[in-house]
Amino acid sequence: MSRIFVKGNEAIARGAVDAGCRCYFGYPITPQNDIPEYLSRVLPVSGGEFIQAESEIAAANMLLGAGACGVRAMTSSSSPGISLKQEAISYMAGSDLPGVIVNISRGGPGLGDIGPSQGDYFQAVKGGGHGDYRQIVLAPGSVQEAYDLTFEAFDLAFEYRNPVMILGDAILGQMMEPIDTREPAGPDLQEAASWRLEGSGERSPRIIRSLRLAEGTLGRHNQDLQEKYIKARKEIRHEEFLTSDARLVVVAFGSIGRIVKSTVRKLRKEGHMVGLLRPITLFPFPAPALQDLARQGKRFMTIEHNMGQMVEDVRLSICGLAESGFYGHLPGNLPTPEDFEEPILKELTG
Amino acid sequence: MQEVLAYKSPDILADVPTHFCPGCHHGIVHKMLASGLEDAGLAQKSICVAAIGCGAFIYNYVLVDTLEAPHGRAPAVATGVKRSSPDSLVLVYQGDGDLASIGLAEIMHAANRGEKITVVYVNNTVYGMTGGQMAPTTMLGQKTTTTPLGRQSGSDGYPMQMTEIMSRLQGVSFAARVAVNNIKNLKKAQKALRRAFEVQEQGLGFGFVEFLAACPTNWRMNALDANARVDNEMIPCFPLGIHKDVAGEAQ
Ligand SMILES: Cc1ncc(C[n+]2csc(CCOP(=O)(O)OP(=O)(O)O)c2C)c(N)n1
Ligand code: SF4
Ligand SMILES: [Mg+2]
Repeated sequence: MSRIFVKGNEAIARGAVDAGCRCYFGYPITPQNDIPEYLSRVLPVSGGEFIQAESEIAAANMLLGAGACGVRAMTSSSSPGISLKQEAISYMAGSDLPGVIVNISRGGPGLGDIGPSQGDYFQAVKGGGHGDYRQIVLAPGSVQEAYDLTFEAFDLAFEYRNPVMILGDAILGQMMEPIDTREPAGPDLQEAASWRLEGSGERSPRIIRSLRLAEGTLGRHNQDLQEKYIKARKEIRHEEFLTSDARLVVVAFGSIGRIVKSTVRKLRKEGHMVGLLRPITLFPFPAPALQDLARQGKRFMTIEHNMGQMVEDVRLSICGLAESGFYGHLPGNLPTPEDFEEPILKELTG
Repeated sequence: MQEVLAYKSPDILADVPTHFCPGCHHGIVHKMLASGLEDAGLAQKSICVAAIGCGAFIYNYVLVDTLEAPHGRAPAVATGVKRSSPDSLVLVYQGDGDLASIGLAEIMHAANRGEKITVVYVNNTVYGMTGGQMAPTTMLGQKTTTTPLGRQSGSDGYPMQMTEIMSRLQGVSFAARVAVNNIKNLKKAQKALRRAFEVQEQGLGFGFVEFLAACPTNWRMNALDANARVDNEMIPCFPLGIHKDVAGEAQ
């Protein structure tokens, strides 16, 4: 459609509007404020709804309400606020409701700092709230991908009737890059017609709830959820860079994946046989691609901006086939491609 | 002999045994809601947001589109519903623990934003569903399972008067406190509820109706004594009446 130069945060906000998002609910927190600020300008004048909620708890519950009406809606926050949204996300998962949650994550635990970190990986991919559920997690590595994955997030949320999280970080949110935007999608008024609440009219009333007390119903629903997550494996996305002839495959996601790509490019020029696998869906996790590479005899190393979270999923994926080394960059500062050279070389020669 | 239909139960009130204890006022409030919606021709356009508590199963009895909300969050959930589905009549059904304790932020801000929703607040002075613990509305001296000596203001604070608090917020267009323990009070309650629906239908703003309700089980009383307690102890602590009606005639 057009080429614009924007921050990652604004790309997500624009992506949401272009993907047909009608309602946004948020609460201020750095480093994601560009998202609500953009949407407070754009949504109300285009017939949508923007609410600055009283808390992240309320914002996430507004999302639950909008999802139940079958409307494309979004909330965004950063780590401490995402913790507060977990209650509603669990209820959404338990009620089979769609909704998009953006986490422009920052350093933790606690108040941490406002710098980048990948410390929320476990919270994002393992459920986060109470109960045996998952959300689909998308991890963009560039501003263009942040825009594109926002479209995907809405489509997936409605296709699977499940919460979808876009997991970025302070680097992605604040980074400016040129992007190509798409033709805005008109709202698909039929995508939720078979289940949304709108007043019963002539049909019998619908009930949307997570409470399942009747004998066997909760067990059955938990089973249905697992089947949904297995079905979602067809949505697995990842990027491979110079892996075919690599001896060592580095696994890294999000903006760290992007930074590591520069490191890999440089090391390649120097003749080191390294490659990169960047998971784009963190749940479902690109285990099959990792297994393929493991069967080819590759070695692995996981790099994260935390002290070791995704590495557990990498090791689980290739268990019995290969091992994975690990390098964790501490939160509190911005990593550069040079930071990863020595750890990768050490792994390669070790 | 010709039969005359003297009374008809609302069509949207399910003809099933309820889970309520004998003498519980939730059932009366449910029925009043069902007939209020049906008489006003609103049932088919209603979306009810059910909270957590003994009223959580309202969808088993009042047959309208219904969504479950987490404990205390119903006004935020209803905000999302109303903003997404502005032509629907949005009804919230909350207990006093749900609304006045864990959900205080959500109710205050939904009210303050003037969300065009109707909140039915059932105040029985205890956490009924969990076995009768102290609620923010428990009266001074009232014994509960967590105030075995009776509520003491020094350590437990005071009963919260939500209708008065709501009335002070500019976003609130209608706020009333009613009771259902006798015919006279029932009639007034019906009228207040009808008015609250009108306020939403006319797009005037936020409507709030507090029902003083008996919980005989957790009050350790029979139904008649519980009804009398509403008169003798609750109404003096929580005065009945239309506390605010910005569009209506002054009361
Ligand atoms: C987050 C959370 N905390 C606690 C509970 C347990 N719980 C269920 S119902 C309830 C209290 C309900 O009391 P009230 O709102 O007064 O309703 P009542 O049953 O008296 O009508 C509580 C605390 C819960 N379901 N969720
Ligand atoms: S415990 Fe109290 S509020 Fe709950 S059903 Fe019984 S009487 Fe009603
Ligand atoms: Mg109660």
